[in-house]
Amino acid sequence: MLSSAGHPFIFILPFIAIVIFWVMAKFEPKPVGVTQKSFFERNGVPVAIYLIVAVTFWSLFMIVLPQLFMVEMSFRPKLPQIEIGGPKDLYTFENYHYFIYGSTTISDAINWVHIKAFFLTIFASLLIAIFNLALCYPLAFYMAQVAPAARVRFFLLLLIAPYWVNEILRAFALRIMLSSNGLINKILIGSGVVDQPVDFIGNDIALYAGLGYAYMLLMIFSLYNTIETLDHAQIEAARDLGAPWWHIHTFIVIPFIKPGVASGCTLVFMLSAGSLAAPLVLSGPRSLWFTPIVYDRFNQAFNWPQGAAYALILLIACVTFVLFVLRLGRLSLGEIAK
Amino acid sequence: MADVEIDCLTVQFGSFTAVKDVSLQIRQGEFFSFLGPSGCGKTTILRTISGFQDPTNGAVRIGGQDMSGIGPNQRPTALIFQNLALFPLMTVFENIGYGLRVRGVPKANRDRKVDELLHLTALSDQGHKKIEELSGGQKQRVAIARALAVEPKVLLLDEPLSALDLKLRQYMRNELRAIQRRVGVTFIYITHDQGEALTMSDRIAVMNRGKIEQVGNGRDVYEYPQTSFVASFVGENNGFSGTITKISGDQAEIETSVGRLVGLNKKSLVVGAKAILFIRPEAMQCGAQGENNLSGIAADAAYEGMTTHLTMKVHDGSSIIATLTGAPALEFPPQGSSVSFAFATRDALILPV
Repeated sequence: MLSSAGHPFIFILPFIAIVIFWVMAKFEPKPVGVTQKSFFERNGVPVAIYLIVAVTFWSLFMIVLPQLFMVEMSFRPKLPQIEIGGPKDLYTFENYHYFIYGSTTISDAINWVHIKAFFLTIFASLLIAIFNLALCYPLAFYMAQVAPAARVRFFLLLLIAPYWVNEILRAFALRIMLSSNGLINKILIGSGVVDQPVDFIGNDIALYAGLGYAYMLLMIFSLYNTIETLDHAQIEAARDLGAPWWHIHTFIVIPFIKPGVASGCTLVFMLSAGSLAAPLVLSGPRSLWFTPIVYDRFNQAFNWPQGAAYALILLIACVTFVLFVLRLGRLSLGEIAK
Repeated sequence: MADVEIDCLTVQFGSFTAVKDVSLQIRQGEFFSFLGPSGCGKTTILRTISGFQDPTNGAVRIGGQDMSGIGPNQRPTALIFQNLALFPLMTVFENIGYGLRVRGVPKANRDRKVDELLHLTALSDQGHKKIEELSGGQKQRVAIARALAVEPKVLLLDEPLSALDLKLRQYMRNELRAIQRRVGVTFIYITHDQGEALTMSDRIAVMNRGKIEQVGNGRDVYEYPQTSFVASFVGENNGFSGTITKISGDQAEIETSVGRLVGLNKKSLVVGAKAILFIRPEAMQCGAQGENNLSGIAADAAYEGMTTHLTMKVHDGSSIIATLTGAPALEFPPQGSSVSFAFATRDALILPV
């Protein structure tokens, strides 16, 4: 199929969507026996039209359309400008083929470099999410259930303030701290713990520390918000019934905050897997993180279709993985958004 | 034998003293209530007994054993929270069995015990339900069953009925008393509702500002209040403050803003002492002449069927209430006309301010 055929379809989409929303608003299902005003009567015609059009354009132009263009682009070949839209511009799987075999046509060798980086990114992001959870849970619990209000405000300020500094600057600061003649190594050598500087960057410790730190706040807030809704009397009731502290956390607190844990872990996992600044600044010469590879497809290789295919592979893998984990934890998407 | 002994207990929060030097002995198997207005320190005492609050001074002993340094999860007490604090993610069955699960009781024994308790609290067919599916009264009973499951020596109840509506509250009073008689566990009950305290308790401690004003059974605190706080807090009361002018035998005469009144001087007050004369509304007579007479203007008659509450405004602006049993409401003079109340000296108590 000639790939230019896809474009008219994409441009008609917003109008189709508006019509669909319009019809949904018109024939909104109503609870039986309840006299309720229609969507248009409730909001007035001008506001109703504004809502339908605004929601449509916002969701389509900000969210759906750019992604659709990426999807569409990922199935196109890399062609010189002059040949785009010409007879060679056919939909193809060659960009996905490249990810697996390292070539657009030959299937002899497996593209281990990219595949390894891909799985390492997923796996490391998962570890970062779990590590973040373990690190943030005690603090979030302390803030939500133990600390007096004034101290909670102080803690929140301390937590938020570092994030006023932008991500690149934070990453570079961490790199300076962790470099072979940086502060941490000076302290370690000065105190006699090690006699050679530790290669934090080459061993990816800096990368994981940077990624872990980058999205910690999201984990803290997800946990804090759910732990705060747990009635303190529940914890006291469990203690009163004889429960030791670990039993209270395992059987009272954690089941209650499961949605918060899921939403925090999802956020940290997704953002770590898709993070660019920290891997670019903090990874060592041998580091393999998938996002810099995607970035290189776009900017270094100047192969946008391939970049689109790579980005899409990462996105689909992450979403699938998250849905799978939610399924395991018997949670719905609606619950983690609470 | 004393089951719970509170010995010179003082609890301070910063500069605020919630409980001041309270000493008390609660007997084995007793239904004991702490009655007082909010902020009087009764909840603090309860939290100190259960171990959630450390005393600043003094000690709590349960079954003769000093409880200091023993955490709430190690004490032979179980607390029923004001909001019940049932675990929302567990079923009724799991809620009741939680304390036993924590103690590592084998599943078979645990299930048997929970079944017994479900039966005791008339919840036999509700075990599989989620907490949110229960009615207010059922939740109440689950909370009681959950607390009794760990076989506490003492059950502590922190105003557990306050969230229920009036009908259910009255029903649960009887229910609680019946459960207490059946299991024979010492109940320590916290309430600001004198009706609850009077109907359920073997003994009541009336508290005010961190101190115990009086301990006694319902009749003691209602009919023989020892302090003016108890007299005015427990039940309705008319109080006339003034100065004692004459003592004769066990009676005293007090000069008040509505005139000279005579009452019983059980506290042996002397001439010149500031005091308050209390007279219950039901001891007032309307329209009659007696040992003590008051006159004023008829203000209001509230008819409640069995009783009628008559309000009279006296010349200094204060209101006096008389409660009459039967149907004399029609005899009450119309609003605004002059009226007189009378009461007998033996019904009036003179207590220090």
